[in-house]
Amino acid sequence: MEINFGDKEIDNLLNDILDIYGYDFTEYSKASLTRRLHRLYLMDKFKSFGDFSARIQTDPVYFKHAVQEISVNVTEMLRDPYFYKTVREKIIPVLATYPFIRIWHAGCATGEEVYSMAILLKEAGLLQKSLLYGTDINPVVLEKARKGIFPISQMQQYSTNYLTSGGTNDFSSYYTANYNLAKFDESLSRRMVFSTHNLVSDSSFNSFQLIFCRNVLIYFEKDLQAKVLRVFDNSLELFGFLALGSKESLRFSSIAGSYKQVDPKEKIWKKLK
Amino acid sequence: MNRDIQLIVIGGSAGSLQVIFKIFKYIPAEFPVPFLIVLHRNVNFESALDELLSVKSNLKVKEVEEKETIESGYIYLCPADYHVLIEKDKTFALDYSEKIHHSRPSIDVVFKSASATFHEHLVGILLSGANADGGDGLKIIKDNGGLTIVQDPDESEVSYMPHHALQKFKADFVLESGKIGRFIFDLNARA
Ligand SMILES: C[S@@+](CC[C@H](N)C(=O)[O-])C[C@H]1O[C@@H](n2cnc3c(N)ncnc32)[C@H](O)[C@@H]1O
Repeated sequence: MEINFGDKEIDNLLNDILDIYGYDFTEYSKASLTRRLHRLYLMDKFKSFGDFSARIQTDPVYFKHAVQEISVNVTEMLRDPYFYKTVREKIIPVLATYPFIRIWHAGCATGEEVYSMAILLKEAGLLQKSLLYGTDINPVVLEKARKGIFPISQMQQYSTNYLTSGGTNDFSSYYTANYNLAKFDESLSRRMVFSTHNLVSDSSFNSFQLIFCRNVLIYFEKDLQAKVLRVFDNSLELFGFLALGSKESLRFSSIAGSYKQVDPKEKIWKKLK
Repeated sequence: MNRDIQLIVIGGSAGSLQVIFKIFKYIPAEFPVPFLIVLHRNVNFESALDELLSVKSNLKVKEVEEKETIESGYIYLCPADYHVLIEKDKTFALDYSEKIHHSRPSIDVVFKSASATFHEHLVGILLSGANADGGDGLKIIKDNGGLTIVQDPDESEVSYMPHHALQKFKADFVLESGKIGRFIFDLNARA
């Protein structure tokens, strides 16, 4: 269980990864990245940092595996139910006034957040005129998102979240249970597009009325947060909304001055300029 | 004991809240070392904790925010449903990865991360609880030269967590709940 590498080794490895594969993790939060790299090192039973680093650099298949393991893909449906309640009450009525609604879920992981939003839109009668774009750096999670199949063991929690968020239907009406899996209705996934997009290096690809980027910025250092927020600013229509995770904010960003928080508690901002 | 203590981390689960209140009775407002508290608790209970602790302690109580620099005069509380990590520049980082010991925040995660930054300048305290969390992290604090304290399992409301930790390694001090606050106060007076 001995770990024999620290900050210097990790910095070198990140620079090598950038040179060889073009993936830039150099501005990710070091505390989290270090923890994930240590975990991967132990999990795959490496004997020395030299072996570990060499494997990542010379074996593209292993590198892919490494990227999947160091990215944190944990997510939930209707996570923070009061956040979704605010979306229902304050955002959806505004979206309803548009002829066509485009929403971007950046860093959507396995897509639970996208399905949550689709349910809200469906209940408001807006899903048919909406398109939800889910993007992530990790192609494996997007494959799961496309399928819309989630563990049935989670459904009780999600159903509780759903009711707390102001839902009035039977949550189980949105999926078909099959053994230990729940497959979400295709009327939801039909309005979704999933594709890889790297927030660090890729630019804006469309314009949206609502952008979700929840629990992704916490993994970035301040300058990278600011840079990614500029990408969102460039991708958001005037009077569009930006929704962040419950512990994230615009405070390190130059765009803060053009935005106004729409609710004292929930992390949703409206673009005013 | 001549060490420059820069952070005191307290981990607790079931039965630890009253102990925490007892500890902070002894800590004055001008105490020069910040505290970080990681408690297993349910979300409903959480909001009341800042308020309760503000009333019962002389220090300022604040929920951890990402990228915030750790400063003395504060008791920092780990927010519900996030792991708390500490960067080398002594700022907080939040992380939403898998639960550890069914817990997020996990005490092990905080102890390990704090230890990697503060080494011998860290004090780790593990209190009452029904969970296996905390023991591994506390051992690492000790391995890295930090000071470790475990609440005496015999007078812990739930002995499992302190007991479990003590089976893993020999903590520097095993103290009854009523003695921990005074001990911390004295520790600083001696430094
Ligand atoms: C903790 S998950 C958040 C999932 C969801 N938004 C939520 O709040 O539950 C973080 C996601 O960000 C993705 N991510 C990390 N770096 C990224 C990058 N540079 N570009 C796009 N996505 C990234 C990870 O792959 C992961 O799926």
